[in-house]
Amino acid sequence: MLQGPLIILCAFAYLGVLFAIAYYADERADAGRPVIANAYVYSLSLAVYATAWTFYGSVGRAASDGVGFLPIYIGPTLMIALWWVVMRKILRISKQNRITSLADFIASRYGKSALLGGIVTVIAVIGILPYISLQLKAVSTSYLILVQYPEIVMPQTLGETPMRQDTALWVALILAAFTIAFGTRHLDAAEHHQGMVAAIAFESLVKLLAFLAVGVFVTFGLYHGFGDLFTRAAADPKLREMMTPLGGVAGGYANWVWLTILSMMAIMFLPRQFQVTVVENLDERHLSKAIWLFPVYMLAINIFVLPIAFGGRLHFPVGGVDADTFVLTLPMAEKQEALALLVFIGGLSAATGMVIVETIALSTMVCNDLVMPVLLRMRSLRLNQRPDLTGLLLGIRRGAIVMILLLGYLYFKLAGEAYALVSIGLISFAAVAQFAPVVLGGIFWKGGTRAGALCGLLAGFAVWFYTLLLPALARSGWLPIGLLEQGPFGIALLKPLALFGLSGLDQITHAMIWSMLANIGAYAGVSLVASPSVDEHRQASLFVDVFRQAGEGGGARFWRGTASARELYNLLARFLGGAAADDAFHEYAKAHGGRWPDDGLQADAELVHYVEVQLAGAIGSASARVMVASVAKEEALSIDELREVLDEASQIVVYSHRLEQKSRELEAATAELRAANEQLKQLDRMKDDFVSTVSHELRTPLTSIRAFTQILLEHPDVDAEQRTKFLGIITKETERLTRLINQVLDLSKIESGKAEWRESRVDMRELIGDAVTGMSQVFEEQAIKVDLELPQRVPQVRADVDRIIQVMLNLLSNAAKFCEPGRGRIRVALHDQAGALRIEVRDNGPGIDPADQRVIFDKFRQAGDTLTGKPQGSGLGLHISRQIVEHFGGRMWVESELGRGACFAFTLPHD
Amino acid sequence: MTKKILVADDEPNIVTALQFLLERNGYQVRIARNGDEALKAIESDPPDLVLLDIMMPVKSGYEVCKRIRERPEWAGMKVVMLSAKGREVEVNKGLATGADLYVTKPFSTRELVEKVRALLT
Repeated sequence: MLQGPLIILCAFAYLGVLFAIAYYADERADAGRPVIANAYVYSLSLAVYATAWTFYGSVGRAASDGVGFLPIYIGPTLMIALWWVVMRKILRISKQNRITSLADFIASRYGKSALLGGIVTVIAVIGILPYISLQLKAVSTSYLILVQYPEIVMPQTLGETPMRQDTALWVALILAAFTIAFGTRHLDAAEHHQGMVAAIAFESLVKLLAFLAVGVFVTFGLYHGFGDLFTRAAADPKLREMMTPLGGVAGGYANWVWLTILSMMAIMFLPRQFQVTVVENLDERHLSKAIWLFPVYMLAINIFVLPIAFGGRLHFPVGGVDADTFVLTLPMAEKQEALALLVFIGGLSAATGMVIVETIALSTMVCNDLVMPVLLRMRSLRLNQRPDLTGLLLGIRRGAIVMILLLGYLYFKLAGEAYALVSIGLISFAAVAQFAPVVLGGIFWKGGTRAGALCGLLAGFAVWFYTLLLPALARSGWLPIGLLEQGPFGIALLKPLALFGLSGLDQITHAMIWSMLANIGAYAGVSLVASPSVDEHRQASLFVDVFRQAGEGGGARFWRGTASARELYNLLARFLGGAAADDAFHEYAKAHGGRWPDDGLQADAELVHYVEVQLAGAIGSASARVMVASVAKEEALSIDELREVLDEASQIVVYSHRLEQKSRELEAATAELRAANEQLKQLDRMKDDFVSTVSHELRTPLTSIRAFTQILLEHPDVDAEQRTKFLGIITKETERLTRLINQVLDLSKIESGKAEWRESRVDMRELIGDAVTGMSQVFEEQAIKVDLELPQRVPQVRADVDRIIQVMLNLLSNAAKFCEPGRGRIRVALHDQAGALRIEVRDNGPGIDPADQRVIFDKFRQAGDTLTGKPQGSGLGLHISRQIVEHFGGRMWVESELGRGACFAFTLPHD
Repeated sequence: MTKKILVADDEPNIVTALQFLLERNGYQVRIARNGDEALKAIESDPPDLVLLDIMMPVKSGYEVCKRIRERPEWAGMKVVMLSAKGREVEVNKGLATGADLYVTKPFSTRELVEKVRALLT
């Protein structure tokens, strides 16, 4: 039998387990071996998003709207895909600035404005109250239902009993005590609550398991699987209507879109989400895994929502049982005591998880951004002189936790009955969505200013209050209902649910449209008009350009002034306690190559900034700034100086970009120069070789000429025959010299492009005949037989007659030179093929070695008979011939085998 | 006793001129047209002096000179290098391989004969 004491015992046992987990995780954290330092725990802790609202309310919503419950889970899934851009930036900024809460983040971005932090805190607390009351309602309702077992009785029908009221109050008080024990055991400079995170991750597992258990029980225990359940639901006309994708939601597409957007904002800006995602994050890299793990969790906890909703609707007569309680009442109706108890514990875990994290996040905000700034400004309290403020800080936080839960209870009492769970939750979502413009604008737009943020937040919040909170209070009977129906003072245009005549939308969509319009309009408009202060300028730059700055010292460059290390230490010790301050200073001194305590420690801008950041972790950035300013004499940075610092930084970036580019250009230029230099060197070597070869070739005939002239001069007695021989040699060598000089000049003209080419139509038949005739004397002397193989007609080619004759004469004289002495044969052939004339000159000499064939057309490379010595000639003839042929678009080559003669051939293209 | 001179050059006209000159001055002259022929001629009948062209087919004058200097029994043999390559590097290289004299083409026949005579007395 399930009875009150047993249920309560189970609940306390569960809380005890949670506390044990938290205690263990804290111990491990203190020992430096954290259990939560992995992406899985991080992802599970993000699932604090799924509260009692999800656990009970999704089914409630699905039972009336079908798939209308989905946008609340589609939104986060969409948003988390963008986290790599958005959340990674928020994380980096928060870590660099020791941000402790959402209020701190916004205050810090807009010039460390205490006023802004306070306003954000107020909005967050008021906005979240409905959400907290929702958890209280869920826990107390589920308890009241369970305790009636085996009867199923809705609490409403019990009437206004003291017991009903008491339950919610007790729940609130117990949760407050539990949260205090969890979250305010000691003061952590970074606001890390590792024990709490471990417990939350555990709770995420419990609620998922409990929900899946009910889902499996309903789907496979009560019915025969999804198919069976959906078939039966489809048979019911009312349920079938809910299965059309968008039919379930009042307002259709527009509402879907707005609910999705709303949830996208909620996953970022609910104080508890900011707490677990940003403040409790230990390692930026965990984010990348959470980006896909979290959506998987969302999917898992939503799979059985529709089956349970349909099961409940099929099982219970309409109106008898509140759909929000199907998760619990279905197992109860089937007498599944253990399952019902598990569900109660699952719902409890969903609710406690939310309440613990939310109130810790809110209490940090209340303490750091609301109470402390006020207390520190009240000089009569003389807080500056108190040696240790840690006790005060913890006290404020504990008070805030109790206060927030009691306010939640109050809201529950005032308005809790008028709305379903989901609607209560959405009111809170709409409230925190007001933070979206100032946060997102703040990290991507440097132009956003403090004044703009203030106006935007206040305008958005005012519209939210008017269109959502006021109607909630009116419907609960605390305000005249006429306010909704006729508008204030009977002005229809100002009706809270149809502002300026905008009707036909559901309440949330209506409120979102107007509040976002007011919020974004005021934020952007005022930001554009109001000029920012020095502090705002600096913070905007630090936030928006966070990825361009190196390390935590980024903020130090903006500070100028003097301070004493001892005073800074005392300040830190007052807020963090002596041990923590000692640790902080030791760490700083170590990183800067010094020792603490050591009076030589430089109290420079960097140390001041370091202390401010440490302090910000405990009391928020705005208060930290005030406190540091009280011990450090700061020289105000003028707006011009700040611009200078900022400009310097951006100019350095620009310069380094330019330098990089320059150095790349230089490298390229150097490579080009090196290549050019190599080419020049090679050309130089070639020129050297050429000059040296030419001089050698000139000296050889000169040597003979000089020797013989000298002989003839000095030996007049030389007989006539010898004299004639010697003079003949002199003549021949002179001719050789002349020929060589002419060819060198010719070559240099061709190579430098200065040669004159006279083009005309050339008949190659005729030209070959002329050339052979010209050589006839040589052929006769050497008894060489010449065969001509010329077709009757060939097309004419365009070329320089004299040049082509030069080529022919060169080939013919080469052939004559190498012919077999006495039995020489030369065959000249002309062919017309493939658009070109081919001319061949074949001899029956010794042939050319393949190695020589490759170089025979190079300058001064001759193939000679090694036995008979050097061939006659300059070694330039073939080279020049090939140049000429190539000038007219032809080709020249040699075909030869040793012992089989050589065949020189060239082509000349015709039209 | 008549001194023997080997003329090794691949330019027939220069060989003709040298042969005429040296025979006129009472030397016994033999001819080689390339490096191999020169070494064979030296082997078969070692001369007192070799007039050695550097740019010869098959084996260059440098190589012939080196071979000569490797043989102790030919230590007294004089080597005069003749070359159209007159750069300092080439002169030094010739002397380094063991030549007694390096003469750049074109040369004065009278001076050459005087230098040969000086080397052979």
